Amino acid sequence: MEPLLKVTGLKKHFPIKKGLLQRQTGAVKAVDGIDFEVLPGETLGVVGESGCGKSTMGRLITRLLEPTGGTVEFQGTDISHLGVGGMRPFRRDIQMIFQDPYGSLNPRHTVGTIVSAPFKLQGVEPEGGVKKEVQRLLGLVGLNPEHYNRYPHEFSGGQRQRIGIARALALKPKLVVADEPVSALDVSIQAQVVNLLDDLQQELGLTYVIIAHDLSVIRHVSDRIAVMYLGKIVELADRKSLYENPMHPYTRALMSAVPIPDPRRRGAKSDRILLTGDVPSPIAPPPGCRFNTRCWKATDVCRTDEPPLVELRPGQRVACHHPENAESLTIPAARQSVEITKAPEPLAKETASEKETPAAPQTPAEKETPAEPEASGPAAAEDDAPKA
Amino acid sequence: MTDKLTKTGAAVAEPVESGKNAPSDAFLDVRDLKIHFPTDDGLVKSVDGLSFQLEKGKTLGIVGESGSGKSVTSLGIMGLHTVGQYGRQKARISGEIWLNGRELLSADPDEVRKMRGQEMAMIFQDPLSAMHPYYTVGHQIVEAYRVHHPVDKKTARKRAVELLDRVGIPEPAKRFDNYPHEFSGGMRQRAMIAMALVNNPSLLIADEPTTALDVTVQAQILDLMRDLQKEFGSAVVIITHDLGVVAELADDILVMYGGRCVERGPAESVFYEPQHPYTWGLLGSMPRIDRDQTERLIPVKGNPPSLINIPSGCAFNPRCPYADVPKGGITRTQRPELAPAGDRHFSACHMPQEERTRIWTEEIAPKL
Repeated sequence: MEPLLKVTGLKKHFPIKKGLLQRQTGAVKAVDGIDFEVLPGETLGVVGESGCGKSTMGRLITRLLEPTGGTVEFQGTDISHLGVGGMRPFRRDIQMIFQDPYGSLNPRHTVGTIVSAPFKLQGVEPEGGVKKEVQRLLGLVGLNPEHYNRYPHEFSGGQRQRIGIARALALKPKLVVADEPVSALDVSIQAQVVNLLDDLQQELGLTYVIIAHDLSVIRHVSDRIAVMYLGKIVELADRKSLYENPMHPYTRALMSAVPIPDPRRRGAKSDRILLTGDVPSPIAPPPGCRFNTRCWKATDVCRTDEPPLVELRPGQRVACHHPENAESLTIPAARQSVEITKAPEPLAKETASEKETPAAPQTPAEKETPAEPEASGPAAAEDDAPKA
Repeated sequence: MTDKLTKTGAAVAEPVESGKNAPSDAFLDVRDLKIHFPTDDGLVKSVDGLSFQLEKGKTLGIVGESGSGKSVTSLGIMGLHTVGQYGRQKARISGEIWLNGRELLSADPDEVRKMRGQEMAMIFQDPLSAMHPYYTVGHQIVEAYRVHHPVDKKTARKRAVELLDRVGIPEPAKRFDNYPHEFSGGMRQRAMIAMALVNNPSLLIADEPTTALDVTVQAQILDLMRDLQKEFGSAVVIITHDLGVVAELADDILVMYGGRCVERGPAESVFYEPQHPYTWGLLGSMPRIDRDQTERLIPVKGNPPSLINIPSGCAFNPRCPYADVPKGGITRTQRPELAPAGDRHFSACHMPQEERTRIWTEEIAPKL
């Protein structure tokens, strides 16, 4: 099947400017080279901790931001550097639902004005007139069509999120990017909105990219899931494989960290992986695998070579030198590549990881410069030898 | 009353008939607590008759949606409902709060002030706004310690560094002199916990302690809180909307809706034999990470009630799918009281218990 959206090597670096001349002294590498596809009709979930670049990614594929590098192709057309006018025809097909139902609606516009804005901007005259169409949309998302003339403040959080959804659906888009669509809502309202998104997808044949930090919500809504860490995709797989057989250590740690709403499982704490320290700064991400500062499996390879995102199992792409659950690998090439990188003898591996953990919490100190490899020099030197 | 208030700024307002009843055996005993706020639009009944007990070394989880009165309760226990500039926001508080054999609402605000921090401490949701940005983290912990302990700065500093170390801050002596903004979110929450524990309080109230944090950090903090409770043996009230967090930490669970408790009981029975339709709704609304379930969720329909205009009778009745089940002549306007529904398990619902058990086991549980 032709992918609806194809992203190749996508990058977004936000410059950091300092001094009188505003010279660029560095860059926040919010998104740093990601590839994925979205097939028509599916839901791609994107998860990650705050600061991993998932929202920036959402803004890049909707072209609210211009990428620094790489391409975004929508139905085969490269849209990565189109201007405002060039983008306009595509805006009908790509719509966005925002996180904050309070900040994303103009408080001085009525609901009718808000939901009909897309028609005005695109110069579309819907059948039966704008007002009738807006009322149909309000009905579609479960609001009372008579509330056409009310203002956003008269609605609760969940209802406002529905207004945002009605606005996104006005032009019958093909792709809807939802950035944390339910995280600002209460549990019971969250479930209503999740169900609504589900119904709308079936009714209108929508394709979703849903960005969220809540792994339970993502498991519920997605067909395929991308896990992001520090501007990179570390694992991309279908829901079942990802949740039942996570291969990237970060995915495993992330999933084991979610508290399970079941008091009888409290004893099962033993299989929880506690990551030490915090996510390093995206200004100076660690060399090699970005997760190596917090990974319990990290070896020398991880600190020098960046693992590529390769398909280790059918439909499961992983960027790791030492993947989890790798025993049952079926793709021979993948198994080979894993074994090769596993080469360093296990003894050295253990000592190295022990040394690494206590050092990890230092990384958040943001001022650490690219001189970092030298700073960790003594530890590396003891493992003797890559330099010599 | 007024002069007392100006002295401390704490509104322990209008303790109506407290002090009459016998002191309680329970470590923390809240009886019929009501916290109302008069506003221009009407009386906001944030907490409207809440009772619970908590023993030392145990954890109570209070769950509910926003506006159910969870946080107001915690601030009420701490005596933190302050008077606004023109006295307009003065809370009307009634009921009794017994802590360790002492009644807090009728006590002298100065007394309560001495207990605050010393015997009861609080962890807030957002550590960045709960800490003073102009003072170093260490300074703030030292201050909290020296208010209650007549020691010199050096001793206090030693104690603060010790606690920073205990809550897992690397290089505590160095981090002591950092400002809150130099800490990451998780570290700040750790520092908050250190600050709350510096006086070794016997009651710790944590108001959404992990809501602002990422899951991996949340796991670290929950782990830390569990260990610390074992070590310090304090009673913990944890307020959250996340049923996962509650399942993880709480011995007892109290479900709040519209300022009242709709269900209360041991964690296991609340999760496995919930007795109130609202609790069913919460459980049905929750996507599960531990199951591959993609059918529709079963949400509660409608919206939470306005606290100015709480529905008469059961506050949940406009949203309740079982509101029309005949209940032997009880009308919608009668308010259900908490009634026993099992071992230490209470629920406020008009439906007969057998009926509720049947609905749960036959209709709700299989779908979850």
